[in-house]
Amino acid sequence: MGTADTLDVAIWRGAREGEYVTYSVPARANQTVLDVVTYVQRHLEPTLAYRFACRVGVCGSCAMSVNGVPRWTCRTHIDKVAKDRRLRVGPLRNLPVIKDLTTDMRPFFRKWQRAQGYFRAGQGRRDGFARVRPDSEARRQADAGIECINCAVCYAACDVVAWNQDYLGPAALNRAWTLINDCRDGAANERLRAVAGDAGCHACHSHQSCVEYCPMELNPTAAIAGLKRAVLKRTLKGAL
Amino acid sequence: MSRYLGARNHANYWAFVVHRVSGVLLAAFLPVHFWVLGWALHGQAALQSFLSWTDNPWAKLGEGGLALLLAAHLAGGLRVLMIEALPWHDRQKSAVALSAGLSLFVALAFLLRAF
Amino acid sequence: MSARVQTWLWIVQRASALVLAVVVAIHLATMVYVIHGGLSAGQILARTRGSVAWLVVYGSFVTAAAVHAPIGLRPVLSEWSPLPPRAIDATALIFALLLAVLGWRAVLGLYV
Repeated sequence: MGTADTLDVAIWRGAREGEYVTYSVPARANQTVLDVVTYVQRHLEPTLAYRFACRVGVCGSCAMSVNGVPRWTCRTHIDKVAKDRRLRVGPLRNLPVIKDLTTDMRPFFRKWQRAQGYFRAGQGRRDGFARVRPDSEARRQADAGIECINCAVCYAACDVVAWNQDYLGPAALNRAWTLINDCRDGAANERLRAVAGDAGCHACHSHQSCVEYCPMELNPTAAIAGLKRAVLKRTLKGAL
Repeated sequence: MSRYLGARNHANYWAFVVHRVSGVLLAAFLPVHFWVLGWALHGQAALQSFLSWTDNPWAKLGEGGLALLLAAHLAGGLRVLMIEALPWHDRQKSAVALSAGLSLFVALAFLLRAF
Repeated sequence: MSARVQTWLWIVQRASALVLAVVVAIHLATMVYVIHGGLSAGQILARTRGSVAWLVVYGSFVTAAAVHAPIGLRPVLSEWSPLPPRAIDATALIFALLLAVLGWRAVLGLYV
């Protein structure tokens, strides 16, 4: 328990094996969890490994597990999470830990690739400009999901990811949905085949932890529901 | 698991837990239920000798519990079907609460009539 | 098991859910109504024997349940048990057959 002037911060040290080590940090009027972690690394434990970049809530690099909840530490005020002047900071769940608070993001991005979360042109330069109506239903569906910056908070929050190693996860499926709705993309059937099945959209049970915790306020559950409908329609038509 | 309960403590997660647990319990109950009713093949007396075991308050309470499980599982299933088939709507937490209430109502109605 | 077969399992599961939504509502309403004053074999059989409507509703119920429950158990076993995929699919199939056989035995026993 911290005092009036200090915080007790338990931070994960190690990799898959390790332990939480508690550091005593001066309590300041206005600090974020990232400020606290930075203080520890600069003044108390130089070997602490953690990621950050912008510090202002636009890059997603500082995502960590704070009291068991995945969040951006630069956008998490201490007041919100250290009610009795103590908190626990660990690496994001569901990803291999490289060291301390730093996770290996490669499985996350490999699943992105497996879900075909990349644009594949349906037309060439000689086909003229694509006409995309911004108020069309498809474009609105796509726009609702394109602000994802791959911070992996949803991936860490998702229980199906924790329970099913092959599950592509909310971010990859959300991206696939934005591309399904992109009228310029030419690979819809292949992408739907890639996201169907027990490792794909059909494994989602709509817990909506992804929706609860996405810092960009996206809705992967809705996107995944859209993928389920799209897969259903095309399977019944025999297109997949 | 308990370490991460904080991240799971929201309505739709609990709706999932109720749906899954009720489903598993119902799946365990079904073969027994079918087997008991199948005694009707051996005639009314055979079935009645089985059913007379259920003519006590504990059995009725159990049946009320089963009605609750079935109603809860149906409500949870409707939640899933709505999410998957209908356009998104944000008032889902109310839908979860409403369906929980309805399930309870059904089970209580059963118990009231049973006793 | 290919993604295509898994997709079809999902479709069948949802379709059986729609059937069950209807027959379960009927079943619950019926149970709440008839449980008053207890339910004997004679009372049950009086309602079910020779009733085509009953046969249709409960025959559909059993068939849909024999499909819905085993497919529904697959993710539970996959996510919460150490069983490998083949064992899970075998368990689901055996459970489906068990429910179908016992269920139709009961339906016919009560109808005929």
